[in-house]
Amino acid sequence: MKVLVAAKRVVDYNVNVRVLSDESGVDLNNVKMSVNPFDEIAIEEAVRLKEAGKAEEVIVVSVGSSACQEQIRTALALGADRGILVETEEDVQPLGIAKVLKAIMDKEQPEIVITGKQAIDGDNSQTGQMLAALGGYGQATFASEVELGDGTATVTREIDGGLETITVKLPAVITTDLRLNEPRYASLPNIMKAKKKPVDTYSPADLGVDVTPSITTLKVSPPAERQAGITVETVEELVDKLKNEAKVI
Amino acid sequence: MGILVIADNDNESIKAPTLVTVAAALQIGDNVDVLVAGSGCGAAGEAAAKIGGVNKVLVADNDTYGHDLAENLAALVVELAAGYSHIMTSTTTSGKNFLPRVAALLDVGQISDITAVVSEDTFERPIYAGNAIATVQSSDSVKVITVRGTAFDPVPADGGSAAVENVGSVTDSGVSTWDREQIVERDRPELTAASVIISGGRGMQNGDNFTLLESVADKLGAAVGASRAAVDAGFVPNDMQVGQTGKIVAPELYVAVGISGAIQHLAGMKDSKVIVAINKDEDAPIFQVADYGLVADLFKAVPEMDGLL
Repeated sequence: MKVLVAAKRVVDYNVNVRVLSDESGVDLNNVKMSVNPFDEIAIEEAVRLKEAGKAEEVIVVSVGSSACQEQIRTALALGADRGILVETEEDVQPLGIAKVLKAIMDKEQPEIVITGKQAIDGDNSQTGQMLAALGGYGQATFASEVELGDGTATVTREIDGGLETITVKLPAVITTDLRLNEPRYASLPNIMKAKKKPVDTYSPADLGVDVTPSITTLKVSPPAERQAGITVETVEELVDKLKNEAKVI
Repeated sequence: MGILVIADNDNESIKAPTLVTVAAALQIGDNVDVLVAGSGCGAAGEAAAKIGGVNKVLVADNDTYGHDLAENLAALVVELAAGYSHIMTSTTTSGKNFLPRVAALLDVGQISDITAVVSEDTFERPIYAGNAIATVQSSDSVKVITVRGTAFDPVPADGGSAAVENVGSVTDSGVSTWDREQIVERDRPELTAASVIISGGRGMQNGDNFTLLESVADKLGAAVGASRAAVDAGFVPNDMQVGQTGKIVAPELYVAVGISGAIQHLAGMKDSKVIVAINKDEDAPIFQVADYGLVADLFKAVPEMDGLL
């Protein structure tokens, strides 16, 4: 079976983002960009399914500017077989991305779609669920373990109080949580090989999808700064301050 | 046009984040209905009727809704959606799971994790792990919104007397089934409801050492949390994680022990009223947000603190 992985190009998680002084957004000039960390976990899971003989082909999709080629190549170096770039300069929102992915699903007929539970830029946590809704598919979000059965996937999910296990019929959409796996690093030979793997490019219009956003960002401002407090010398002083100054214990 | 709030409930009671979501809803408009979906959830429905400011409680009581399966819950909400201008729920793992599905079925965007209401179509929400606050405006006919559980003062859980109505035809999607759950039973309060939290990071060195924090937590009536580094290292389970990708908390007192203070962790706790940091590295970024910093070896300081409480 085919596995489709959706991967987003985001500001690297180590970058401390700065808000632009005109409040139009955050400063993306000369900032390191990477594959969204949760999508890396998704790529790893898909590649492991292939290595275990459960999947024949792993396709990675990214939606965004032509620069997303880089993240597709990263995924190919990690073991994905081919890439699809849906190229647009529009600030595509989760519903638009979900519609694009639905169109790709209709074209490629994968049995499983895996993507990150959220992207670390927008922190929306919507795309996987929306894709499942559009296709009428089952969804298994925040996955920490995936077990494939006969036409089904049994998925352990991270929920507020602990874990729950559900079974979804395939095709289904799975979104990854932190503990699902630990992604590998790409080896140099695999990075070289990835350059020869095929990447198809479409526009949203080619796929018959309108990605015009319905939510407009009016401004982006820095968060309220928290003032640093004082240093206490002893545990006694700390407990005294908490009791008598802050009055929180 | 009214506002529909989908309650987070365990069939017996309404969870605290719902009171925050109702508070946010009341800032948008005064006609707020609450949907309680569950299996044998009559008691939760009655509890919802007592929430301050609620107009009407809709109860969908059926096995189908027992485990918050997103497919079934989303179908129910879509069926009830007509006549509502806003559909809201809390940013819990359940809310994050089913509400985007509702939005997509209604062909509208979702505004996730709002922290302020600017007007009926404009909201503030944190992006980039809280390093920026976006003000966003929705042109959709229905606004589908999740609300951060620490961002609004909760409405009172008692004092209301809303009418209760049974609703919903039963839809089982047939594409997903619930098998089992492993809910960790803890004697301590839940992270998102605790007024005091003591969290450990990589500096704890292993999971066993968390007993040091648990002992202090028991004296303070506190919940025990952890940084992503501690979860990644396998010290403690993921449901204890505080941060961008874990739980967002804002207790009266947050004690960070052996936590360096990566931006992803700060994103989950920097709205706490009082922050204490105990770390042996005086350059740790956590000290930049702490009200009280103690540069010390946690293995000496925490037992000493325990002895003084």
